[in-house]
Amino acid sequence: MKWKVIEKSKLPNLIGELAREYEIFAPVDRKSIGSFERLASGSEVSLDSRNTKKPPKDVFIPQTETLFTYKTGKQEVELAAPQVVIGQRVVLAVRPCDAKSFVLLDKFLSSGEYKDAYYKEKRKNTTIVGLACNHPLSTCFCTSLGGSPHGKEGLDVLLQDINDKYLIEPITERGEKLIEKFPWLKEAERADIDKAKKLSDDAEAAVKSKVSIDGVDNKLDGMFDDPIWEQICQKCLNCGICTFFCPTCCCFDVLDEDGKRIRIWDSCQFSCFTLHGSGHNPRPSGKERMRQRIMHKFNYFVKTHGESFCVGCGRCIQECPVNLDIREVVGAISALPTDKRSDND
Amino acid sequence: MTNPYIPNLTVIRKITTENEAKDIKTFELTFKDSEAMKNFKYRCGQFAEISVFGAGECPIGIASSPMDKDAIQFTVKRVGVVTTALHNSEEGTVMGVRGPYGNGFPMERLEGRNVVIVGGGFAFTTLRSLANFILHKANREKFKDLTVIYGARNPGELIYKYDLEAWKKRDDINLNVTIDSAVPGWKGLVGFVPAVLKDVAPSSDNAIAVVCGPPIMYKFTMPVISELGFSPENVLLSFEMRMKCGIGKCGRCNIGEKFVCKDGPVFTYKEFQRMPKEY
Ligand SMILES: Cc1cc2nc3c(=O)[nH]c(=O)nc-3n(C[C@H](O)[C@H](O)[C@H](O)COP(=O)(O)OP(=O)(O)OC[C@H]3O[C@@H](n4cnc5c(N)ncnc54)[C@H](O)[C@@H]3O)c2cc1C
Ligand code: SF4
Ligand code: SF4
Ligand code: SF4
Ligand code: FES
Repeated sequence: MKWKVIEKSKLPNLIGELAREYEIFAPVDRKSIGSFERLASGSEVSLDSRNTKKPPKDVFIPQTETLFTYKTGKQEVELAAPQVVIGQRVVLAVRPCDAKSFVLLDKFLSSGEYKDAYYKEKRKNTTIVGLACNHPLSTCFCTSLGGSPHGKEGLDVLLQDINDKYLIEPITERGEKLIEKFPWLKEAERADIDKAKKLSDDAEAAVKSKVSIDGVDNKLDGMFDDPIWEQICQKCLNCGICTFFCPTCCCFDVLDEDGKRIRIWDSCQFSCFTLHGSGHNPRPSGKERMRQRIMHKFNYFVKTHGESFCVGCGRCIQECPVNLDIREVVGAISALPTDKRSDND
Repeated sequence: MTNPYIPNLTVIRKITTENEAKDIKTFELTFKDSEAMKNFKYRCGQFAEISVFGAGECPIGIASSPMDKDAIQFTVKRVGVVTTALHNSEEGTVMGVRGPYGNGFPMERLEGRNVVIVGGGFAFTTLRSLANFILHKANREKFKDLTVIYGARNPGELIYKYDLEAWKKRDDINLNVTIDSAVPGWKGLVGFVPAVLKDVAPSSDNAIAVVCGPPIMYKFTMPVISELGFSPENVLLSFEMRMKCGIGKCGRCNIGEKFVCKDGPVFTYKEFQRMPKEY
């Protein structure tokens, strides 16, 4: 299928048409933090700003989600599962790093013996339309994790801002089907594509921060008892903000509230996360919790699913109240001499 | 699509108070839907997520034997929100059960061998399931000698007294029940589990040891187990971590890259030695 273009002024029309058939989620500036919300109108979309503060993971893993409702009578209990999706959905303007986070979340949540029914059902019914980044921030390091500002992994369609227009590139069959619904879209011209290519190259070059991930997973193998964790965790407040805003962190708690069994986002940075009923806690201090976060992202997930559980979006760096920079942590690990590795066998 | 988070509905058929402190009770549950009961096929050493609607959910080892076909049992100590709500429930109350989860004991490895069961405190639940499974007349000859070493702080804290009585009368089990320190009226063994294990000294020949207890018991039992000649791959341990989902998704029960809920809770001592020390 040919690439298309749409004039920026026409975008609200497209969203309006789309809204007749789909539930649309897109970046908006409601609540004074950029987040992906269900759109009320096409004009609400905020596409010019930098990536949203809150990642789009909550389109698939809401911060609070009802697993089922229960009604308890004297000797009776009635359970009802909620309707997870009403119809087809589109998420608009997902940045490439966040799109990759969906691929990683799929590997974790939709794989294995037990599949997360709620996540999977939403993923199955959702088309992802990406937005390439022309202006990466100083905290972006997607290119160190196999991504790029115009990466396509996890996307069905990719939009790119080419000044007065968006270039529309179909990526998957599902993406093509979506584009076919708008026969009035103009075909892209050579000049549009060339311009996009130039912007992409510039954006790629603008991702200045590089982290050497290669070999970090192996190095971490021997570093469970390394003094580095004690050092890194010194300034950490264990506030959990880094995991809250991380597009791949998906740990949750389960509890009952007002007739509902719900799950809510949780974080390995909290001490109660692993506290046993007996009072014993396998991760009693910040040291163990920092280690868990770094190990999970750069060692455990690599072992179980073949790649790092980080997409280099930089949110944890931007939002950390004490400026703890995951790039420096990974950099420090990568700079350690290899002989630090102790063999466990 | 199957939804692993939705529990089966069950009814409490019988509640048995297990100890003098009355904070350990055994709940016998029957499934509301007989199909669900049939589909709930479990092996010894597995656990389930038990729901008290309105209080929440928690993981509990299955205390009944897979040979018990019409009900399942859970022995629960009252510690927090859910377990207290469970303790306050009456017979006839509707509960949720989802599972079974975890790997359970590798029964195919135990068959044809001597089995040494070592348990301390109320973590004896899944070991009781294992002992009852082995002692069942349809299974007994598949296994060789069965030795059980079980200890509690004092006689009042021993659980499953009715089973212990029944086992004592049999000649196909070497039963050793001990309490931590002597009390008037107690005629049995006195001493900690590791010390009793050393005295009983079960042979490690063609044997597998299954050990379950609080972390402190592991610490002192493992050296004795090694002294008796059990190689690390012939020792099975069962772990308890804080769990929520039970199916490897909520992210809290891991030791290294292993999720205890899904890859465990049973690990060989050999696997355990290779795991990071975080439990
Ligand atoms: C595989 C597996 C099998 C299990 N099998 C059994 C079994 O057979 N029987 C059984 O009884 N249990 C078993 N457990 C343990 C059981 O799951 C827990 O006891 C249960 O989850 C407690 O749930 P709760 O809601 O009652 O407690 P919660 O309300 O979740 O926890 C409250 C507890 O947390 C602790 N706590 C809370 N705040 C603090 C604080 N500030 N400082 C220190 N401590 C604090 C307290 O000890 C309190 O009792 C098993 C666990 C696992 C993982
Ligand atoms: S955001 Fe920063 S301070 Fe807060 S838990 Fe993460 S690293 Fe620690
Ligand atoms: S760890 Fe930080 S940089 Fe990596 S994906 Fe999460 S928030 Fe983004
Ligand atoms: S880093 Fe922590 S909060 Fe994030 S997914 Fe891993 S265990 Fe969960
Ligand atoms: S209990 Fe949720 S991952 Fe193990």
